[in-house]
Order: sequence, then structure tokens, then C-alpha cells
Amino acid sequence: MAQQDIQAPFPGVFYRRPAPDKPVFVEEGQRVEVGTVIGLIEVMKQFFELRAEMAGTVSAFLIAEETVVEAGQTVATVEASS
Amino acid sequence: MIHRLLIANRGEIALRIVRAARELGMYSIVAHSEADSDSLAVQQADESICIGPAQATKSYLNVEAVLNAARQSRADAVHPGYGFLSENADFARAVKAAGMVFVGPDAAIIERMGDKSRARQTALEAGVPVVPGSPSAIRDLEEALAVAEAIGYPLLVKAAAGGGGRGIRIAEDAEALVKQLPMAQTEARTAFGDDRVYLERFISRARHIEVQILGDGERAVHFFERECSLQRRRQKVFEECPSPALDEATRDALHRSAVALAEHVGYFGAGTLEYLYDDLTGEFFFIEMNTRIQVEHPITEAVTGVDLVREMLRLARGEGLRFAQRDIQCRGWALELRINAEDTERDFFPSPGQVQRLVWPTGPGVRIDSALYEGYRMPPFYDSLVAKLIVWDECRDSALRRACRALDEFKLEGFATTAALHRRLLEDSEVRRGEVDTSFLERWLEGQTIPTPSEKEMVS
Repeated sequence: MAQQDIQAPFPGVFYRRPAPDKPVFVEEGQRVEVGTVIGLIEVMKQFFELRAEMAGTVSAFLIAEETVVEAGQTVATVEASS
Repeated sequence: MIHRLLIANRGEIALRIVRAARELGMYSIVAHSEADSDSLAVQQADESICIGPAQATKSYLNVEAVLNAARQSRADAVHPGYGFLSENADFARAVKAAGMVFVGPDAAIIERMGDKSRARQTALEAGVPVVPGSPSAIRDLEEALAVAEAIGYPLLVKAAAGGGGRGIRIAEDAEALVKQLPMAQTEARTAFGDDRVYLERFISRARHIEVQILGDGERAVHFFERECSLQRRRQKVFEECPSPALDEATRDALHRSAVALAEHVGYFGAGTLEYLYDDLTGEFFFIEMNTRIQVEHPITEAVTGVDLVREMLRLARGEGLRFAQRDIQCRGWALELRINAEDTERDFFPSPGQVQRLVWPTGPGVRIDSALYEGYRMPPFYDSLVAKLIVWDECRDSALRRACRALDEFKLEGFATTAALHRRLLEDSEVRRGEVDTSFLERWLEGQTIPTPSEKEMVS
């Protein structure tokens, strides 16, 4: 089964929710399509959406909510649906 | 007295405060996050103390962490700088409750002037003009039309719960208002869960002009005005002091209104009253007050020769206001260019990175406020401001030319900055004539073509 890593394109702080009082964009095990927003990265007070590049199921988030992420670090993995 | 000053901030302003403290013989302690342990402010301070992880919410915005650091380092005063906790009334109150001096006004004044509608009400009480608008939320169309007649068209229909430019519609005349009102109410209800809307005069050509003041709790003096009309996404980019727009009578009335409002609230410390200036009618209207030192304070220092950060500290340690109004003179012209780590060719995308090579401009009339140094790695967690280039000269024209010269001397390798954008902006004929308003820069950017690489190298 194909698997794809979603990587941070630049360093910053990773968020799984659009706002602190909102639910997460996607849960582990949830289905995503190409372009589904899976989180936000804040860099220098600007927020950028991180999107799935492949349809499938989010198997795991490797970066915790509101923690530091380096450029190129894997944030989540997506497994292609069979 | 203040012997040990905790500086609860980072970047160039933390360094700025360290310098002022040193000159006054105060011992400086910089509170910093884990991402800032190698900052220039930390290196220059007498002492430093870590207050938590890189994320501002866990360090610079964490009231408890900052208070603990102040206690642990036996500080007797806290300077909050700008941003972060600088206008947080609870923080100001907590610092005082802990037996320390908060370098700024009392919590009650921060609350009163920090809340837009309370500040507006306070301005009215002090006889200071505010943007004409409906005193309370509009109930129905009949009331809207009556109020609109008094305010004058064109006007803005603003959602009470909106902000930052959201939930605003423009009505050109009564006919448009009849159509816009129900739409604005529906929109406000769906977007904010609150259908209350206000009406406000729409100023189509507005300049942002602000007055710097210092107060001792009773008496206040002004330090002239700054114009900050060049903005992108409501962020100031380029400021000058004085404003090229005002005639002497208007300038005088503006300053007097700022002093009146500051004295009306018994203002203490350094503060800035922000106004919108209607370029078509010549009227000015108070919009809000910043109860702290501002980013662009150095241009006021350049034309008045007064060190505002040092004065804040002197006031805080109980020296009283050392100036009568007649002691404060405005000489020459000053500009500030904010240099941000942003890539102007990629829609101002943030560009944190490591400083590979750095050559600051120097020579007559040039000041740099920056915490950069060669080898420094810009953390991605905070504001993108990396340097402020401040130039002073005898008159506006020569200050603009001097700013060009200074930018030509400036070299920074390692990441993209907005320096080249400033160089092009300084060549613009409307900027040169001072014919700008708050939407000028965004219009100008839309009309700009991307420079060729050779041009880019020349000015970066």
C-alpha cells in the first residue's frame, strides 16, 4: 500500500486546529482527498495551510499540536486507500 | 528608584531598552524564550533568564512565566516593550501587585484607552474629534437614514462584532444604504452571530497621523506627530516625522487635542494617540491610543533629540516630567524604513534564515535599530521585523536622498528582505511629494512589475 509523508515546507509552529476552541482539521484514521487541509504552520505570525497531496487515510500525526516543526520534517503520513 | 530592570521582550526593542537602562545606570535583565538565547539583547544585557519555549504563548505572552522570572531575578521594575504583554492590563496589575514598577501607565488607563469604544467615549468627553458615526447600534432602516443624514455620505456599515477590516460595507448614498443595511445585518449575523451594525463616516483618502506624548499622571507634553500612511495589510512600512500633510493651524490643533486627551485621563508614561486625517476636508479624528512605546519612536527622537525610552524609565523611577512644552523643538525631518524578513517577490512570504553577510549603512544622520549580527539565525516564531533604518536630515527632500544613500550601503545576505522595495518606493514621485494615503502602498504594489535580477542585486 502506498504511503506518503506530508512535510513542512518551512519551519514554524504546527497547529492541528483552525483556532484553539475549534475541533482538529482531521483525526488520525480519517479519510482525506487531494487538497484537504490537515493543519496550519505559523511562520513569523503568518499562517499557512498544510494540505494532503494524495487521497487516502491519515495514518499518523508525527508532530504534536502547537509544537515546533523544522523545514522538511514529516508532519503526518497518509496511506493510499486500496 | 529602579535598580534591576526586567525586559520582557525580544528583538530590536529589547536591545533598545537594554541600551537605555545601561545609560541610566540600571542593571538590565532580559527575559527570553528558548529560541532567543543567542539574541543580541541577551548578549548585551547584564543578565538573562529563560521564560519558556519558543512559542510566544508559552513564553513572551505567559504572564506567570514573566512574573516568575521577575521575582527570581529580583527585578524591581518590568519594561514590556511593544506587542506581547505591553498593553495587557492584567499583566500591568500583576506586576504592581508583585511589588514591582510596571514601566507604563496604570492598568486602569490601559483598559480605558485600549478598548476602542471606551477610548472613543473618553475622547468625546475631552472634546477631541472622533470619526462621525452612530452612537450605538442601528435598530432599523428609519433610524439608519436619519443618522446617516447627520454623519454624511459616503459611509461605512460596520458589524459591531467585526474587526480588522472584516464585516464592513460602503454605502455611497441613501439609496445604497437602503440596499446595504439588511445585507450587512444578515452578513453580520451569519459571520459573527451578532447582527448589530454601526454607521461611520467613510474617509476615502485617509492618512494615518499620530501624536507622541509623555505624561506624568497630571501634565502631558507632545513630541509632534508622525505620519504612517504607508501600510500593507494594516502594518506600517514607512514612517516620517513630521507629517508632510498638515498646515500649521491643523498641526497645532492636533497636538493640543492629543495633550488634552492625555491630561483628561491622567496619562502616565509614553503613549501615542492615533488619528485619521481626511486629506480632502483637512479634518482629523482620533481613532485609538497605544499605551506603550511604539516601533517608530526613533523618528520622533531624531527630530526632537529626546530619548523617549530613557524618559519612560526616568518617569517610572519617579523623576517626574522634565519638560515644559516650549522645551521641545522639532528640527529637520526623519524617516523610518522597516526592513522585514519577507520575500517581496513571493507576496511577502516570510523568509527566516541565517545572516551570512551584514554591512550596515553608517555616516551622517543614519541610525540602525536592529538585533541582527553575522551568523545570527532568525527564528521563525516571531515578527518579521529585522531592522529599522532611521535617517535624519535638515528637510524632507534631503532625508529622502539620504535614505537612498543609506539603503545603497546596506548589504544583507542570507535571506530576503524588504530593503529593495524601500529603495524603489523612495524613487516614486508621489512618495517624494508626500502625496500618499493609507491605501497608497497596496495600490502601488499592484502596479509594480517584478524587477529583473540585475536590478535586484543592485539594490539588495
